[in-house]
Amino acid sequence: MATKASRSAARLMISPAVLLLLGWMLVPLSLTIYFSFLRYNLITPGANPFVGWENYYWFLTDPSFKAAMVNTLLLVGGVLLITVAGGILFALLLDQPMWGQGIIRIMAISPFFVMPTVSGLVWKNMFMNPVNGIFGHLAQALNVQPIDFFSQIPLLSIILIVSWQWLPFATLILLTALQSLDQEQLEAAEMDGAGAFSRFFHIMLPHLARAITVVILIQTIFLLSIFAEILVTTNGGPGVSTTNLTYLIYVSSLLQFDVGMGSAGGVLAIILANIVAIFLMRMIGKNLDA
Amino acid sequence: MGHIQLKGVKKNFGDVTVIPTLDLEIEDGKFVVFVGPSGCGKSTLLRLIAGLEDVTEGVVEIDGQDATGLPPAKRRLAMVFQSYALYPHMSVRKNIAFPMKMARIPQEEQEQRITEAARVLNLTDYLDRRPGQLSGGQRQRVAIGRAIVREPAAFLFDEPLSNLDAALRVGMRLEISELHKRLATTMIYVTHDQVEAMTMADKIVVLNAGVIEQVGSPLELYREPRNLFVAGFIGSPRMNLLEGSVAEKYDAHIVGIRPEHIEVSAASGDWTGTVGVSEHLGSDTFFRVNVEGFAEPVTVRADGDVDLHYGDTIHLTPDPHQLHRFDRDSARLA
Repeated sequence: MATKASRSAARLMISPAVLLLLGWMLVPLSLTIYFSFLRYNLITPGANPFVGWENYYWFLTDPSFKAAMVNTLLLVGGVLLITVAGGILFALLLDQPMWGQGIIRIMAISPFFVMPTVSGLVWKNMFMNPVNGIFGHLAQALNVQPIDFFSQIPLLSIILIVSWQWLPFATLILLTALQSLDQEQLEAAEMDGAGAFSRFFHIMLPHLARAITVVILIQTIFLLSIFAEILVTTNGGPGVSTTNLTYLIYVSSLLQFDVGMGSAGGVLAIILANIVAIFLMRMIGKNLDA
Repeated sequence: MGHIQLKGVKKNFGDVTVIPTLDLEIEDGKFVVFVGPSGCGKSTLLRLIAGLEDVTEGVVEIDGQDATGLPPAKRRLAMVFQSYALYPHMSVRKNIAFPMKMARIPQEEQEQRITEAARVLNLTDYLDRRPGQLSGGQRQRVAIGRAIVREPAAFLFDEPLSNLDAALRVGMRLEISELHKRLATTMIYVTHDQVEAMTMADKIVVLNAGVIEQVGSPLELYREPRNLFVAGFIGSPRMNLLEGSVAEKYDAHIVGIRPEHIEVSAASGDWTGTVGVSEHLGSDTFFRVNVEGFAEPVTVRADGDVDLHYGDTIHLTPDPHQLHRFDRDSARLA
C-alpha cells in the first residue's frame, strides 16, 4: 500500500466490514446502556420510566453481588492457576518421544471439543455424584465417606470441571511453544552444567513466557463469562456460592424478568472485564513485546 | 590439561552406522580440525566427545580418565555451537555468567572472569545488551566468552563461522587462532571449509562417511595426501586428477597435479591446449584449459599478469616432483 490511490482503495474495501462490525457492537451496547437506566420489568408491563442510577444502586448493594464478584475472580484465578501449571507439565510430558505419540496427543486435547453443557452434565452425574459417580464408588471402595462435591465444595467442583475443559487448550499452546525452543540452547545449557531443573527454570520457562501470557489472556476472556457449567450443575447454589457475575445477570434478567437490572449488571460486567484486562496487560503484557 | 583419546569409538543411529570404529588421539594444547563434506559425521564425532550423544561402542578418555559415561557437564569441555545457542532472554553478562552460576562460583570471581573475558573479546560495551541486539560476529564472541569463563580442558567448536559473512569469517578465524595461541588450551574445531582447516589447524583430521581418511598437519596433507579423497579435498582450487594415458605414462592409475604446480607458457610445454574460462584475481589467474587428449579440463594457476584469453593456445608443463600418483584403490603410490 505504497501509493495514495492504493491506500484509499484499501480504505474503501475494508469500510463495509468496519461498518458492519461497528453496528454489531454499538447497537446492543447502546441498547443495554439505555435499558440499564429504565425501570423495565417484564412482570409489570406498561410504562418504562427513566430512573437514573437506581438499577445500578440496587444491583451493587445486593448482597449476592459481592459474592458473585468474589466467585468470578476465584473461578478465573483458580482455573488459570490449574491450567497453566498443569498445561506446562502436560506439554513437557507430551514433548517426550514415546510410543503412540500422535494418538496420545489427540486424546489429550479432546476435552476441548466437548461442549460445556455436556461436560458439566457428565461430571455432575458420572464423576461427582456421591452415590453413582466414579469418585463416590472409589471412596466407598476405600471405605471413606464420599464427598458430595456440589454441596460441600461447590465452587471448587466448578473450577475443576472448567479446568478439565481448558487444560487441553493450555497444553496445546504451550506444547507448540516448547517445540519451537532451539535444541542447541538446551544442549548449550547442558554443557554449561545446568541440570534438568535448572534447564527448565532458566531456559524453558523464560522461553514459554510469551505463550503463557497468550494462554492467560485468551482464557481470561472466556472464563469471565462461564455460564453453562454452572447452569447445568449447581444453578448458582447452594445459596449464591457458585453464582458468578454472568450467572447473577442471568438471574436478574431471565429469572426475575428485570431487564433494567440485568442491563445494569451487564454494564458492570463490561467494566469489570476491562479492569481485569488493564491489570493483566500491566502485569504480563510486556512479555508480548518481541 | 586437555588430552582426549578415542578408543574404538563407534556410533550407530538405529540400524545406520554413522561412525565405524575409529581411534583418534588429540594431544593437549593442539588445535585440531575435523574437516569433511557435509554428512561425513564430523559433527557427530564432536558431539560424542562432548557427551551430547552416547557412543555405541568404545571409550572416550579425557586426560587419561574414562569419560564415556560422564554427562556433558562433568567432562570439563566447553562448546560453541553453529547457531551460537545464546540464551535470548538473558543479557550478555548473564549469558557469560550462566555456566559459572551453575557451577556456584562466588560472585566476585564471576565478575572478575566476566570482565576479563569481555576485555579479551571486545565485549565490554555490550555486556548489558540482549543477544538479539548484537551482530553475528558479536554473538559469536559472546558464545566464545561463555566458553572461556568455564576454563575448560578443551574447547569444542561446531562450524562456528558458517553463519557469518565472508569478511567477518576471515576476521573471526584470526581471532580464534589468536585465542588459541594465548590460552594454549586444546581446541577441536569442526568445519566443512578446507580453507579454515588449513589456516587454523595444528592437526587436521579428514573425515569421509565417518571414516578417518588421514590425520596430519596441514602441510603434510597438502604435500602427501594419502588417497584420492584427501587429494581432492585439501587444496583450493582442487587438484587436477587425470586418468588414462597420462597416468599410465607415470605408471599409475590416476595422477594428481595441483594447479599451482603446472608451469604455463604461451610458447612450448609438455601439454598443449586451449584456454577455456579464466578467473583473473589480480595476484593470480586461474585458467581452465582443455588439453588435447584429456577427458577433463585442467585447472592451472598463473601469475596475475599472464595475458591469455578465451580460445588462446596454451602450453602446460607439470612439475614432475609435485606429481601425486594413485593406484586403482585410490591409495597413494610412493
